[in-house]
Amino acid sequence: MNTHGRARDPSAPASVASGAFRPSKYLRATLRFSVRNPAMATAGALLAFMVLTAVLSPVLSTHDPKAPNVPDRLQGPSVNHWFGTDGFGRDLYSRTLSGGRVALVVGFGVAFVTTVIGVAVGLITGYYPLADKIIMRVVDGIMAMPAFLLAIAIMTLLGATVFNIIATLSIVLAPGTIRVARSSVLSLSNEPFVDAARAIGAGAPRILLRHIRPNMIAPVIVMASFVTALAILIESGLSFLGVGVNPDTPTWGNIMGEARNHMSRNPWLMFWPGMAITLTVLAFNLAGDGLRDALDPRLRGSRDVA
Amino acid sequence: MQRYIATRLLSAIPVLILVVVFVFALLRFAPGDPAQLIAGEQASPEQMQAIRVSLDLDKPIHVQFYTWVGKLIRGDLGESVGSRVPVSEIIGQRMTPTIVVAIVSEVFAVVVGMPLGVIAAWKSNTWIDRAVMLFASIGFAMPVFWLAFLAIWLFSLNLGILPVLGYTSFDNGLAAYARHLVLPCVTLGISLVALIARMTRATMLEVMRQDYIRTARSKGLTEEMVVLRHALKNASMPILTVIGLGVAALLNGAIITETFFAIPGLGALIAQSILVRDYPVVQALLILATLIYVFVNMLVDLAYGYLDPRIRYA
Repeated sequence: MNTHGRARDPSAPASVASGAFRPSKYLRATLRFSVRNPAMATAGALLAFMVLTAVLSPVLSTHDPKAPNVPDRLQGPSVNHWFGTDGFGRDLYSRTLSGGRVALVVGFGVAFVTTVIGVAVGLITGYYPLADKIIMRVVDGIMAMPAFLLAIAIMTLLGATVFNIIATLSIVLAPGTIRVARSSVLSLSNEPFVDAARAIGAGAPRILLRHIRPNMIAPVIVMASFVTALAILIESGLSFLGVGVNPDTPTWGNIMGEARNHMSRNPWLMFWPGMAITLTVLAFNLAGDGLRDALDPRLRGSRDVA
Repeated sequence: MQRYIATRLLSAIPVLILVVVFVFALLRFAPGDPAQLIAGEQASPEQMQAIRVSLDLDKPIHVQFYTWVGKLIRGDLGESVGSRVPVSEIIGQRMTPTIVVAIVSEVFAVVVGMPLGVIAAWKSNTWIDRAVMLFASIGFAMPVFWLAFLAIWLFSLNLGILPVLGYTSFDNGLAAYARHLVLPCVTLGISLVALIARMTRATMLEVMRQDYIRTARSKGLTEEMVVLRHALKNASMPILTVIGLGVAALLNGAIITETFFAIPGLGALIAQSILVRDYPVVQALLILATLIYVFVNMLVDLAYGYLDPRIRYA
């Protein structure tokens, strides 16, 4: 679809004759999609916005997000400081932009790691009963501990870096993905095409990797979307409490953690980063819901992510 | 039923053993010297030695484990590294606010969330349904500290009708006590309201498709009767699970909520202990939270077995 879209770009001279109507056709398709599926369209727009602002944050920033300017501290929104300034006179708009980078890196990082672990462990546990017994006990054990509390405990031991946050949240959130992957392997194992593969002499690795893995991708992708949302939410909480990334690096959570002391003097300090977290998490959750409905209509309306 | 209760009780044991091992390993296998980790960078050798002795870190690892677990079973959770007060005593002092806030939040979430879900399912695919679902999606996405800020900003700083922070003793009268509870409980409960509303709606929609609902309708019952008597009763079980799950959400949320509202409970205790690396306290609370969570989920499962006899024989 993408390559077609590029080939039919109306600004490219070669395609003017053949593709004069195409852009409006895509526009109409997009509009039709948005009307029929407003939640998904909102999610897409929000996600595109968040990713773009995070990537372009050095260009979009008006100030150095880390540069203090104490005489200007705790100002309200103005032409110079669009969102106002914090307790050290740093520009809140630039800091919020910069915080988006950490949030998205953590969110995508955790989603990637948990997906890889989830698929690998899911394939093994879903197919080998002995491994299943042992590994699922560990998974149950991790799931029995409150996620946020566990994340805090691990973070204090590992130390505050982005890498450690991704590692910690992956430990905490992988059990959910493993469960989803495992249950889909279990149900796929009973499908006739798996029996057929076995009948023609395919070994376990071939069955798992060539026949089962491609069919379990849908629920895992849906899960990855929820995991991203959850990771961003937990990361903000960790930063808020001061056990997230090093406080030198602005994150939505630590901006708000500092802002708590200035809540009555400059409420904007709490407002904007919180808005950013909410919208980003909302976008990933809506995307997850939409993907699930699109990929597996049977699951419509249900969800068991706490 | 007895058999079911017995198997369910036994099945919790491996999970608990694993959690105990995990919590033990958390400190021992962390990179670096645990004593250094607790004492901080500037600790003197004497301080570090004192910590090593108090946590048995100077003994072989399996001895450490046996002593630790032995003490744990006898209810000895060790003592706080900073204040030298037994951890069980600290927990005893801090327990009440957390329990009160958790129970009020859970009740609030059920009382608001279930009707919202029922209405959304009843009026499914209307604007009412969409509004409830939109609210649920947003409720899920808001970090609890942002919600706390918005609530304080609106009700305390601008309208001035509720106290900004704090927790008063029950001795100051019921009215003052309740007024201090409103904001923390609503803040903590909102994401649970969203979860319960969503789950209630989903199960209600599932139940409304069943044959016995058609039968109930065709024998001429009013729609109210069908929804409330026939559908809701049968939809109540998955909702029970969510209420169980809610306990974890409340335990997690209590850490930030109590810190934000300066409530002297267990959640705030965790946040403080973490920042000063008071590890015995953190370990004890992690185990306590897990125990509560496992116990509540067991109660939920038992309630399941009681309400639906089919489950017992599965």
